Amino acid sequence: MGKRALLGAAAVALLVAAAYAAFFVAPTERTMGDLQRIFYFHASCAWAGLDAFAVCFIANLLYVWKRQGRYDWLGVSAAEVGLAFTTVVLITGPIWAKPAWGIYWTWDARLTSTFVLWLLYVCYLLLRTLVDESGRRALLSALFGIFAFIDVPIVFGAIRWWRTQHPAPVIMGGANSGLDPVMRKVFFFSVLATHVFMAFLIAERYALEKIRGEVEELREEAEAA
Amino acid sequence: MTKIDSVFWAYTLGWAVFFGFYLTLAKRSKDLRAEVERLKKAREK
Repeated sequence: MGKRALLGAAAVALLVAAAYAAFFVAPTERTMGDLQRIFYFHASCAWAGLDAFAVCFIANLLYVWKRQGRYDWLGVSAAEVGLAFTTVVLITGPIWAKPAWGIYWTWDARLTSTFVLWLLYVCYLLLRTLVDESGRRALLSALFGIFAFIDVPIVFGAIRWWRTQHPAPVIMGGANSGLDPVMRKVFFFSVLATHVFMAFLIAERYALEKIRGEVEELREEAEAA
Repeated sequence: MTKIDSVFWAYTLGWAVFFGFYLTLAKRSKDLRAEVERLKKAREK
């Protein structure tokens, strides 16, 4: 079994265990009841998405510095995976919000900055389709990726810096925040599971980009011949 | 929508997104591998 297959199997096992823990181990929350169980999936996906964008940012910086194709491959892989996680966040959030707030969406700081983040990385991926020459495409998208990352700390800080409709942070939220100890364990286990899954998806996407590089090389060879 | 319906739809749609994403990765990977083979054969001719 290859390394990626092993990572995939570990990710699936951890995700199944995390879902079991969210439904059967975590206690029922007093105010929201079972609805709160969405939190374990929603918040851990949000965390994994932001970390995937951080990987993209580091890869973009490394590309600008070293101009090696592998950093471009890692950048686009992490951006796409981060976008998948953020899409899940933008779907599960409103599903939670409707019974909790009575509305699916409101333009508060956290929700708006997350939506802007999603749009920025859609633009990052679209930009890559507009430039044919591989070196220019890698440089332009790396520079855009560095710019797009500015929104990540804004998303993180939005519920800490401003009064928002979105619930206040329960992790790293200061003296008056926190979680029940069992909920906290279940949540961090979910975060671990989603991060292993994120690493697996990035590895899969990176392998794809590697083959694309091979195709480009072969095409250039064929054109030169 | 009841609270349990919301939990069900959140998990189901969330996993559908990941599953769809993984399927597109597999499809793109298969297409690119076929393209590599085609280009290698063309080079040999």
